[in-house]
Amino acid sequence: MSILGTRVVRTEDPLFLTQGATYTDDLTDERLSGALHATFVRSQVAHGRVLTVDTAEAARASGVVAVITAADLVDLEPLRGYSFVAKTMVRPWLAGETVRFVGDPVAVVLTEQRYQGEDAAELVAVDIEPYPAVVRLADSVREATLLFPDAGTNVAKTFGDPRPKDFFDDCEVVVSQAIVNQRVAPVPLETRAAAAYWGTDGRVTIWCSNQGAQQVRDQITEWLHLDDGLVHVITPDVGGGFGAKIGADPEFALIAWLARHQGRPVRWAESRSENLVGMVHGRGQDQTVSIGGRRDGTVQAYSIEIVQDSGAYPWLGTALPSLTILMAPGVYAIDEVHGSARSLVTNTTPTGAYRGAGRPEATAAIERAMDLFAAEIGMDPAEVRRRNLLPAFTEPHKTPTGATYDSGNYLAALEEVLAAAGYDDLRREQALRRDRGDVYQLGVGISTYVEITGGEPDEGGEEHAQVEVHADGQATILTGASPHGQGHATGFAMLASAQLGIPLDKITVQHGDTDRIPEGGGTMGSRSLQQGGAAVHQAAGELIDLARQRAARILEANPDDLIVDLPLAGLSVRGTPGTGISFADLAADEPLLVDSTFRAAAATYPFGAHVAVVEVDTESGKAEVVRLVSVDDAGTILNPLLAEGQRHGGIAQGVGQALLEEILYDDAGNPLTSTLADYPFVSATELPSFELIAMETVTGMNPLGAKGIGEAGTIGSTPAVQNAVIDAVAHLGVRHIDMPTTPMRVWRAINEARSAAEATGTES
Amino acid sequence: MIPAPFDYVRAGSVEEALAALRDHGDEAKLLAGGHSLLPLMKLRLAVPTHLIDVGHLRDLSYVRVEGDVIAIGATTRHHELETSTVAASDAPLLAHVAGRVGDPQVRHRGTIGGTLAHGDPASDLPTALLALNAVIVVQATTGRREIVATEFFLGFFETALAAEEMIVEVRVPRTGSVGWGYEKFTRRDNDWPIVAAAAVDGRVALANMGGTVLRASAVEEALAAGASAEEAAQQAAEGTAPSSDMHADGDYRRHLARLLTRRALESVAR
Amino acid sequence: MQISMIVNGQTRTDDVEPRLLLAHYLREVCGLRATNIGCDTTSCGACTVIVDGLTVKSCTVLAVQAQDSRVTTMEGLSAPDSELHPVPAAFRAEHGLQCGFCTPGMVMAAIGLLADNPDPTDREVREGLEGNLCRCTGYHNIVRAVRTAAAAGPAASSVPSDAQVTA
Repeated sequence: MSILGTRVVRTEDPLFLTQGATYTDDLTDERLSGALHATFVRSQVAHGRVLTVDTAEAARASGVVAVITAADLVDLEPLRGYSFVAKTMVRPWLAGETVRFVGDPVAVVLTEQRYQGEDAAELVAVDIEPYPAVVRLADSVREATLLFPDAGTNVAKTFGDPRPKDFFDDCEVVVSQAIVNQRVAPVPLETRAAAAYWGTDGRVTIWCSNQGAQQVRDQITEWLHLDDGLVHVITPDVGGGFGAKIGADPEFALIAWLARHQGRPVRWAESRSENLVGMVHGRGQDQTVSIGGRRDGTVQAYSIEIVQDSGAYPWLGTALPSLTILMAPGVYAIDEVHGSARSLVTNTTPTGAYRGAGRPEATAAIERAMDLFAAEIGMDPAEVRRRNLLPAFTEPHKTPTGATYDSGNYLAALEEVLAAAGYDDLRREQALRRDRGDVYQLGVGISTYVEITGGEPDEGGEEHAQVEVHADGQATILTGASPHGQGHATGFAMLASAQLGIPLDKITVQHGDTDRIPEGGGTMGSRSLQQGGAAVHQAAGELIDLARQRAARILEANPDDLIVDLPLAGLSVRGTPGTGISFADLAADEPLLVDSTFRAAAATYPFGAHVAVVEVDTESGKAEVVRLVSVDDAGTILNPLLAEGQRHGGIAQGVGQALLEEILYDDAGNPLTSTLADYPFVSATELPSFELIAMETVTGMNPLGAKGIGEAGTIGSTPAVQNAVIDAVAHLGVRHIDMPTTPMRVWRAINEARSAAEATGTES
Repeated sequence: MIPAPFDYVRAGSVEEALAALRDHGDEAKLLAGGHSLLPLMKLRLAVPTHLIDVGHLRDLSYVRVEGDVIAIGATTRHHELETSTVAASDAPLLAHVAGRVGDPQVRHRGTIGGTLAHGDPASDLPTALLALNAVIVVQATTGRREIVATEFFLGFFETALAAEEMIVEVRVPRTGSVGWGYEKFTRRDNDWPIVAAAAVDGRVALANMGGTVLRASAVEEALAAGASAEEAAQQAAEGTAPSSDMHADGDYRRHLARLLTRRALESVAR
Repeated sequence: MQISMIVNGQTRTDDVEPRLLLAHYLREVCGLRATNIGCDTTSCGACTVIVDGLTVKSCTVLAVQAQDSRVTTMEGLSAPDSELHPVPAAFRAEHGLQCGFCTPGMVMAAIGLLADNPDPTDREVREGLEGNLCRCTGYHNIVRAVRTAAAAGPAASSVPSDAQVTA
């Protein structure tokens, strides 16, 4: 009985549930003894000229070793971060001339003890002459104020060409809608943290909370102009990332620089308030969608125009609209699809990747559009979807936007989820409540989605693994993936165990140390199992081949006659039991170890369908999610327990965006949601337990048949919930409500629809 | 995230606490449960130089019947009030509302005295105590006095408590089995109310409809004049000055006040 | 000033600043780093521990307030190299943790919940854990874990009073 596909509890957990995991701020490594504590002083003004940064009083405060400002960073050039960032839009390490968002670091205080840092930071006097703050995208577009005068524009990046004027000419019906996919905060429970230590050998060891040590090493090497090989990055246990911990934060490099400058190790752990302004935000798109087709329900054309909020300094978020455009048509067979985008800078926190990173925005848009189209032609939204889904396929399918979907059965996903939800019963219940004029109305929302995981459209990614069996029977796996809750240690051990017969509790999986694992792509974009796991699988296979050669010599047998003997955890001669030799024994004289790189042919495209059922109190506008039913098909499932966990977490974040969460700024650029008391992070009481349906449509892109599952839940649930809330009050004349569908927004929408109906003398 | 430095003394008695308050004046704050004060101090919105810990004065923690009132000691934790059989039978509105404050951990620490002294217009227990016509007993080195709830809340986080005074007891008229209602409107269960309405015995109090918790006197007058719950509730926004914030603007708050008052009054009637 | 309290069954006496938060006292003075700090507004509950039998958010308690108290952290639940306490055991069985950062606080909050309500419904579990935020699990398996632990009976809400656990 293979362990693959079974619910195996995690090997990580016993430690996590007794002593606890070791996150960056937990480290007691002796190299960090005597470390200075770094506390950042951040701008309280959204946009302005730095007049003075007076550090004198802070420098005299108890325990202060140094107060560093931009003037001290003479050997550092401003930061570009990514190659697509214009040279005129670079980011200073510490703002010395211009601050561009509330949270922009201006100074760092180094103290002997942690508590002294905040005391001293308060004493740094930053005098800023305010410039007009560009907070709303519409203001940035107007370009009355430029964040980077030398750039001559607030546009950081553009995508696509203008839509042809005759794009919808053939359509009987065209519906357009302005949609906001609002800025949210990732809020991993562990905030950002880093520590740096310079050894006498001239190398720096950097510990940081991050999703990929290798990328951090490369970035810091480049940013600090260090020779290759001098930077050693270690990611200890990481308390959540969700995309926001992809790539190095400038603070990491600064901590390393400070440690060298001071000749002492330095450590930093931000507070939550700092995190809510200092860590990248997610989403942040203003969209205009248009959908056109025939009254029989056929969608013929779809366009999306995007204005992406980059925040103050172009960062990863700036580039994400390319994925939104790529995935614009979703699961539908639409002949004409057009997408274009511009990313603009604003005086707000920079945007980055957040669970789904560009793809939830695409799905939310097309799913809203499908519902709007359905409402316009008076057709049930499930039926409109049915009529437009791409038919099932197992061979790659190229879309008008240039994606090549690997395999899909969208209709099956839709029908499964509708059946599980009891769709017809729900509509009956809805009709009953509408007839009775109940205060609590039922809303049913559907989404059908597809998303891209594990690479760029035209190329798959790659990942490295090393598998070694030791003479004592233990095995070690090194992976270039970077788990932070996903359970890869268990999953990858399952793969190796299934191939080698070594029990799970004898297999250790390591990651996140660039000296041990120089190459790796980290954990992000739902890539780890399909590439990292595939690499482990491949390495284990190659180890078997290596073992076979060795065993053949020792047993004086033909290598082709040697088969894997799982109970032995070794090889035996075919047809002759008791003649084998274990992998452990084969490691007795020389290491039994294989390094392997797996290259995926292309990205994979998991898909699914969600139904959300909400109850809306039409007197207050408050919506409650009472059911969330989902199909999330990510191909072959290695460990259903872990896969479900990923779906649960993704769904919760998706519901959070639809119903509750939004980062808000006032008109001066002051953050209004910079604590967890203000930012409505979804809690247990706003969620139901979820109803998950299993579906596995394998992919040919890797030997495991696996696609990525980490982000699918988020992508599917957000539009289902948004559509459900609108559906609950659609009979009152409401056609659209932007996310989050707060009680006040729903109430206003009901009132506006009622007023509009009264004005035109129509009954809804 | 860390309070500014302060001196700390654990008071062994009410008298000690009062003497320390008198000695340090405006720079001293009493610490009971700490769940109103410490969050402010951690954000450095409050920077007292002296904290006087009264949280261990167990003599001030009680819920008991005294004639026609329930007497509640100032350091009684919300959890104790929530689970008190005396409160459940004699002031069920209060027991219920004590169980709605924050989350379980907060309720294990927060005290009725601390909540009252904090004077937050969006606070659950002050709203209920206002509706219950509670009397707050305060003490200074110079003696005791009683302040009725309607005169206790003066402004935004401002109460009638003088700097040298300490709340020692809250006296709540026993309402027994008389109907009551509490409607708390939040985005998430655990949040402060966007608006809340407490109704008992012909009185209605509102949370977060102005600079203090306040009584919906126009509603009460209408009820006294024989109006139905629905009619009376229409007056709920009279005399209120709700603020606009990211959760709700003034219009929506006024609407909620009317809606929640109506629903609270409907609970009363059931 | 000098304080003393019993932490995971061991008496400790330490010299601390009045403003030292109990969470930092446990982590940095006692070396018990399982308890995590996830916010600065008493919102997330990652820092939940048990003080004198009641769950509290240790970021909103001063160490000096815990003078003479009995404090239990997650490290105090299960003796090393022996069976897990029923609540963490249930968390493992039901995959109620992913990144693990909220977990110590969540486990302690769950124990408090079961002490108050030994046989909660799903809804009661969600309400009982409203002071604890998790970003990874979507709470689904946490609810399952608490229901599973409840089936273990009174052991689920018991806290070893004299556990000899070294930090």
